[in-house]
Amino acid sequence: MEKDLWIRIPLSSNYAAAYAVKDVDVDVVAAYPITPQTTVVEKIAEFIANGELNAEMIHVESEHSALSACIGASAAGARVFTATSAQGLELMHEMLHIASGLRLPIVMAIAARALSAPLSIWGDYSDVMNTRDSSWITIIASTAQEVYDSIIQAYKVAENPDILLPVMVAYDGFTMSHTYEPVYVARDRSIILDYVPKKRPSWNVLDVEKPITMGVVANPDWYYEFKYQQVVAMEKSPEVLKEAFQEFEKRFGRSYGFIETYNLENSKIGILTYGGLYGTVTEAIDYMKKMGMNVAAIRLRVFRPFPYEELLKVVKNLEALIVIDRAISFGATLEGPVAMELATMAYKKGLDIALHSYIASIGQRTVTEEDVIAIVKNTTALLEKGVKVTEKSIYWGVRL
Amino acid sequence: MSSSTKRLASWREIPIGGAITEPGNSVKRPTGDWRVFKPVINQERCVRCYLCWVFCPEPAIKILDKPYKTASGREWKVTFEVDYDFCKGCGICVEECPVKAIDFIEEVK
Ligand code: SF4
Ligand code: SF4
Repeated sequence: MEKDLWIRIPLSSNYAAAYAVKDVDVDVVAAYPITPQTTVVEKIAEFIANGELNAEMIHVESEHSALSACIGASAAGARVFTATSAQGLELMHEMLHIASGLRLPIVMAIAARALSAPLSIWGDYSDVMNTRDSSWITIIASTAQEVYDSIIQAYKVAENPDILLPVMVAYDGFTMSHTYEPVYVARDRSIILDYVPKKRPSWNVLDVEKPITMGVVANPDWYYEFKYQQVVAMEKSPEVLKEAFQEFEKRFGRSYGFIETYNLENSKIGILTYGGLYGTVTEAIDYMKKMGMNVAAIRLRVFRPFPYEELLKVVKNLEALIVIDRAISFGATLEGPVAMELATMAYKKGLDIALHSYIASIGQRTVTEEDVIAIVKNTTALLEKGVKVTEKSIYWGVRL
Repeated sequence: MSSSTKRLASWREIPIGGAITEPGNSVKRPTGDWRVFKPVINQERCVRCYLCWVFCPEPAIKILDKPYKTASGREWKVTFEVDYDFCKGCGICVEECPVKAIDFIEEVK
């Protein structure tokens, strides 16, 4: 990383998202304020007011309108951005499918938050996991630097003519959105724009010179084929994501993949989680090391497309995998959304591994290093009893 | 599966996102087959005022260079006709016609 190209400043993940939006030179931003996302858009408004970003800020009356306005602007070929949390993402839900169905390269930041009722403004991943089947590429960051970098990468992937799917970049509400970390941001955004150049779209956009119709009706003879096109784009996306990560690393020196691991060698038990909680898990792993226990940490960075090939490589030598989910899929076979994916992956690939599903940090219930160590001890005891797959997810920390 | 014998395009052959990239191709797809009532212009009564043509949302009112002479001897240079390939039977023209020259007749199939 060439030092003079970057400045290192303290930023919250929300501000890091706003800086990325400025540096990719977004044309249109439409958003509605909701805790804990609000400061993303506040910061962008400041950039626009200061003349640091030449963009149209559309003030709307709801998140449904925010994403609708983004859809319109993206259909006209603009580079667009929005951000939201929790109920806001739920209110957008209908439009999520329209954005992906119309194949619009919209990028959205999500300060992940618990869903009402009862009302909770605090962080968990209930909102993000609810969007699972909306055909958005989903990246979950775990540091403010990664939020900045992921949003830049998101445009690279979304605007690839072979993909043209929207991308969401999520991170923990409050524990990331409102805490400050040192972040390298570009001194001059031209280096970022060399990576994500703004070109006249080569895909179909609204253009008076070349009129098209978007948002048509597809009867039973046609609808299926359009959905299959999305399947194909999603299948192609791992390759394009990988290229985007590699080019990013080559240009800027910061390395990202679909997953991240810690202390994998010599470990028989691994803990898989996502978002900021990964930091707590790696801290706990350092403590456990001192206690003579070798446990691996695995972070899921890309949730859609689900990177089972990469995961397989790292979990295949483990005897047991603990999955700590941060959302509940009520009534599912295993109620952890990511645990379900892992179970499918293990079956699909004939992987003989113990899989223990835990739910934690719901509504931002604190998960400490001690909790992580206790989870490992709990799993060790269960393995001794011969429990291969937890019958239900284990609701860690709930008062019984 | 489509029962049609005509082979429909595969997912590879159609624009992504359902975009229609050929402007003006709606003429290729008649949409008039879901009408319940059909408007029929009475050429004797019609005063060629253009109001039906203005109000028709499709538009499905054709103005033809076809002279017409009424029974009472009045001569018109044009004739107003309904394009039944596209008329959806909404009845707006029937409502708007100032001389009640448009009959609304139930379609019998
Ligand atoms: S019935 Fe409706 S669609 Fe048909 S000609 Fe009259 S106004 Fe047009
Ligand atoms: S509105 Fe009635 S009178 Fe006028 S052109 Fe149409 S049919 Fe004729």
